[in-house]
Amino acid sequence: MDIKVNVRESEGDAYVVDLTGEIDVYTSPKVKDAITELIDQEHYNLVINLEKVRYIDSTGLGVLIGGLKRVREHGGSVNLVCTNPQIKKIFDITGLVKIFGIFDDEQSAMKALV
Amino acid sequence: MNPALLEVSSHGTVELKIPGRAEWVAVARLAVAAVASRLRFSVDEIEDIKLAIAEACTNSIQSAGGEDAGTIEIVCDALEDELRVTVRDHSPAAKLEPLKIGGLDEGRTEELGVFLIRALMDSVDYTSDPRTGTELVMSKRVTA
Repeated sequence: MDIKVNVRESEGDAYVVDLTGEIDVYTSPKVKDAITELIDQEHYNLVINLEKVRYIDSTGLGVLIGGLKRVREHGGSVNLVCTNPQIKKIFDITGLVKIFGIFDDEQSAMKALV
Repeated sequence: MNPALLEVSSHGTVELKIPGRAEWVAVARLAVAAVASRLRFSVDEIEDIKLAIAEACTNSIQSAGGEDAGTIEIVCDALEDELRVTVRDHSPAAKLEPLKIGGLDEGRTEELGVFLIRALMDSVDYTSDPRTGTELVMSKRVTA
């Protein structure tokens, strides 16, 4: 079980974090490190692509929430790309659909950052 | 190092012991998913069970301060139309308060985990004692 993290610059000051694999108590620190590094470099508009994420637990959700809180302090935002029904269900039952922008594709998530 | 141990009884009980460390949680959730697949759960229900068991194990590890939580015992009772899973640790009492409305943040993922367990399983009961640890019993009925 592992998570692959790929960070790439996109339009304007926005960055995309592509995640592949499973986000749990073991792998979530790697995701947290990538997001923290971007924020420390003053990149506050992020799209986190969960399209290739097969599983996420509360520690993974916690990392995303922590990232969102930090970028919002600087007027930024975190949008998510996610179409996996099981993962969308987790965001739904926890009420996190109300605090994250969740989109079906990267283009829409990027457009909504502005 | 405590190796993971899997025991299967003839009457549908599977017992698994894993080291209470983050890298072993995936073993627990996959093993319980395999047991759940012996019943008539849907794929979505098996995913729910996997997440609930992983959250219980994660809660044990986090209640030990993220350090080694000792051995975590997972007992799966595959009944005719129900799966009952007991997750037992020997670390100090876990924080199992229900999630409060509002104020979600990264530091409160234990509450988020417990919220998910309660949302995904049909029944959840627990006992916790600072001296003996926590025992969390959860079950899910087959609906198909």
